[in-house]
Amino acid sequence: MNFYPIFKKELKSYFTSLIAYIVLTVFLVISGYYFYTDLALFVVWGGASVQEGLWQYLFHDIRLILLLTVPLLTMRLFAEEKKLGTIELLFTYPFRDSEILLGKFLACLAVFSLMIGLTVLYPLLLSLVYDVEVWPLVASYLGLFLLGASFISCGIMVSSLTENQIVAALVSSGVIFGFWFIDWNEAAVSPLVAEVLHHISFFEHFYNFVRGVIETKDIIYFVLFTFFFLFLTLRSLESRRWRGMR
Amino acid sequence: MIEVDHLTKYYGEIRGIEDISFSIKRGEIAGFLGPNGSGKTTTMRILTCFFPPTRGRAQVAGYDVITHPIEVRRRIGYVPETVPLYPDMKVAGYLSFVAEAKRMDSRQRKRKIGAIMEQCGIVEVAHRLVGNLSKGFRQRVGLAQALINDPEVLILDEPTIGLDPKQVVEIRELIKSLAGERTIILSTHILPEVSMTCERIIIIHEGRIAAVDTPENLMQKLQKTLKTVVQIRGVGGEIREKLKTLPGVITVVDKGEVAPGVRCFEVESEKEGEMSSELAHLVYLNGWKLIEMRTEKMSLENIFIELTREEGV
Repeated sequence: MNFYPIFKKELKSYFTSLIAYIVLTVFLVISGYYFYTDLALFVVWGGASVQEGLWQYLFHDIRLILLLTVPLLTMRLFAEEKKLGTIELLFTYPFRDSEILLGKFLACLAVFSLMIGLTVLYPLLLSLVYDVEVWPLVASYLGLFLLGASFISCGIMVSSLTENQIVAALVSSGVIFGFWFIDWNEAAVSPLVAEVLHHISFFEHFYNFVRGVIETKDIIYFVLFTFFFLFLTLRSLESRRWRGMR
Repeated sequence: MIEVDHLTKYYGEIRGIEDISFSIKRGEIAGFLGPNGSGKTTTMRILTCFFPPTRGRAQVAGYDVITHPIEVRRRIGYVPETVPLYPDMKVAGYLSFVAEAKRMDSRQRKRKIGAIMEQCGIVEVAHRLVGNLSKGFRQRVGLAQALINDPEVLILDEPTIGLDPKQVVEIRELIKSLAGERTIILSTHILPEVSMTCERIIIIHEGRIAAVDTPENLMQKLQKTLKTVVQIRGVGGEIREKLKTLPGVITVVDKGEVAPGVRCFEVESEKEGEMSSELAHLVYLNGWKLIEMRTEKMSLENIFIELTREEGV
């Protein structure tokens, strides 16, 4: 797989175009504030279990910021190349479509990993004054990483459909949000449908991770979700073969 | 080097090109000529493996574009019409990305990038952002990215569009200097461009091939009548009447006196026959003096209008 040149170019581009710095800053400021306020809640309450409760609160809050920030990282990946017309040259270099896709996906995943990697600072700070258990956190971060990969694959797919970056960001936010709350109201659908939606939705699968439980079915869910949307992206890239678009 | 066999491309219902066949030999510079929307870019995008044809086959550098696109892409250099480049990359950085993308050996890369920048005259802008370059420099960077892998085949879509006259001349010189080992195929809708740079012309109109030939042969083929311009020193009005009596003459136009006592005529005649010698003989018989006689060639412009008009009917 010859994806490395694309990976390197995209990673560089994230930092020369400043988008990575901007997204990182916004993400860290808001997640830092969430950490501070969530922690304050548990300190004031006293008695409540910081080990269980705080991380569940915090990671659900971080997930909320990701809903808005990950589409900002993915929106340019194909939409910008289409707008600039550079995709025409890219597709005449000796790459397979899958190599181009993989390079872009991994570059975005790398920026995302840096983003959530920096939040490790919060439990580290807390560990100075409190005995923090490591393993539930490992599960939570694994969940966050898999969730991010799913968000990114979805965002890339939408980006491959349009040459307008704002459209790409908005639509992928919408799709991700939809997958989040699709099962939120069991009263609205029949019990059978509710059960199906339950399995499709992010919520339940992610919830297990932040409770500190790593289950194979949840890992498989996120991996399949990611691959499904990457597969759709490949199909979308291939459509130039018969549509004649750029 | 390039073999195109009954190539057809449809975009859904819309026809891009229909049944195009031609072949280009190694080292040849071939020009694609046709009005906008005639199918030049479509053909080039198939040759560069951007998308496959609907029907037909094409081989570039010995490899089939449908079955071995990666092999073809490794052996070509392509400059699309608008020269799309990444505005937030520096010239040297961009070329280094392209070198990697084209799977060049990492040890050669640096030296090669230097040599290419030298050849294309972009050393002075090596550390500037591509987005801040003038159109002329962008075109050169576009050429540099195409040339970096020493491609056997160079495909240029409208390489001089939007440049000022001085830049046009420079780019044409650059393209000509690349010929020889490389096979070059370039498209244009500017007629003098092909006659100046190309050894062979492929005229495309409404997705079909209208003609393939050398510029000279095309002119020859299309000339249905011969136009001879003569300047004769002699007596008065009867010259025109006598010229008309020559075999094969269709019309004679009197262009008037061009110098004291010298008159100019345009004689249009059948393509066959030896108009020059007939004319010279007539002048001799009447005791006139022949000042000048030349056969006018049809311009490529006329050929083009002729071809596209005939096709359109």
